[in-house]
Amino acid sequence: MSMSVSRVARAVAAKDLRIELRTRVVTNQVLPFSGLVMIMFAFALDSDDVLQRVAGGLVWLATLFSMFILVQRTFAVETYDGALDSLRVAGVQPQGIFLGKSLALFIELLVLEVVLFISAVVLYRVSVGGLGAVLLVTCVLCATAGLAFVGTLYGGLTAGARGRETLLPLLLLPVVAPVLICATRATESAFESGGVTVGEGWAWVAVLATFACVFGLGGLLSFGSLIEE
Amino acid sequence: MNHAGFIIATYGVTFGAVIGLAAYAIKQGRELSRKVPDKDKPWT
Amino acid sequence: MTTATVNSKGVGTPTTRIYGALAIVALGWVLLGGLFFTPEDVVQGDAVRIMYVHVPTAWVAYLAFIVTGIASACWLIGKKHSLGFDRVAGASAEVGVVFMAMTLLSGSLWGRITWGTYWVWDPRLTTTAFLFVTYVGYLAVRGLGGSPEQRARRSSVIALLAVLEIPLVHFSVVLWRSLHQQASVLSPDGDIKMDGLMLFTLLFGVFGFSVLFAWLVSHRQRIMAMQDALQTNALDAAVSERLREAQV
Repeated sequence: MSMSVSRVARAVAAKDLRIELRTRVVTNQVLPFSGLVMIMFAFALDSDDVLQRVAGGLVWLATLFSMFILVQRTFAVETYDGALDSLRVAGVQPQGIFLGKSLALFIELLVLEVVLFISAVVLYRVSVGGLGAVLLVTCVLCATAGLAFVGTLYGGLTAGARGRETLLPLLLLPVVAPVLICATRATESAFESGGVTVGEGWAWVAVLATFACVFGLGGLLSFGSLIEE
Repeated sequence: MNHAGFIIATYGVTFGAVIGLAAYAIKQGRELSRKVPDKDKPWT
Repeated sequence: MTTATVNSKGVGTPTTRIYGALAIVALGWVLLGGLFFTPEDVVQGDAVRIMYVHVPTAWVAYLAFIVTGIASACWLIGKKHSLGFDRVAGASAEVGVVFMAMTLLSGSLWGRITWGTYWVWDPRLTTTAFLFVTYVGYLAVRGLGGSPEQRARRSSVIALLAVLEIPLVHFSVVLWRSLHQQASVLSPDGDIKMDGLMLFTLLFGVFGFSVLFAWLVSHRQRIMAMQDALQTNALDAAVSERLREAQV
């Protein structure tokens, strides 16, 4: 008897989120860390004008840095007591595991980004209009989906490997560069910083959506062979 | 030659890297082929 | 304990010796011709001499990553999952990373002379830099350890994901740069008026570095085959040792 892929996905996501709620690592450590990063950027750049201009980029950089921690955590849980191996041996579809872990990561990243955007509004004095908010929400959803997919993909690959703390950023940073470029530009359009208009942002969102689709499909096809021993 | 330093540096690095890579391949190949039995060398 | 096997055969074969000889002749010409015999360019002067190594190494670097992608796909698609494809992919990526580093370095020195700056955020340059970092990561994944089969599975997926990633990086960098004012750079390959000898040296350089690539990949993949064989033989020996202990 085997469960359907979507049931596996929901079960895995629910398990991951329950673990995060109980251990409170995201709320007690990752969120304060990313808030600190935002404050550190303000120290380093030291000018209200510059901060307002680059706020979009800083939010996404802080997201990427915090993402490494989240990805490592979500797979440390799996390899610690061989949970991934037992899932595999039990014949659970890898596509289900991939989608479930991506979904959990997606939700954790969304929580993180909401906090980061609020701190950008408070600390860097950016503002969003009505149409800008629509663009921003779409951009965040597409970018986060892409990040969650590649994070799960490469996290699964390095799970259990020696030196994964340093290997993961090396593998992930080049891959997520398009997300950083496109999400930053779209966010700047939404903030209308540097004289760009909201309308210009949608082209970037299209690239973000393409990225999410490409790596979502790539992950579904390849996750099985990545975690296989 | 104008910019001789830049040009010589380019040639030096390129040919240096190429020769180093080739020499390393030859050295490693010799060491390993002494240890590995001939039946594991499908190209021979 | 004596072993009946002889370990007399080396890595080289007649084919690789031909590659090697051709590479030495061609690259010797590039060194002498590029530095001394060819004339200077009307616009660029002596700086054009960098072209004779920069363009061929860039060509080989791209070729290497194409070979890695194709060999990885062959490993994944092939029914037998022959490890030979995986070793070719790995050897090609190793050589490609070295050539890419040489390309980036010679390109930035050339840029310093002709553009007055080591680096411009041109889409081609930026994509090349990302290609370099991506394949450094690929080699790190190959070094993670485990059995040769495990290595092949992981690294072939990574190589194919890189094939997905690079166009996305290139496209977003193109889009990014198109919003900014285009840096008015003199294209290094564009404004050169080549006479016969210059063209011959350049093409001979492309040929020479390509046969060198073939030589390096053949040698490296045979070295990997021997390393894999050593690892497997050691494992087999340990297993049979255990079995003998168990029988006693």
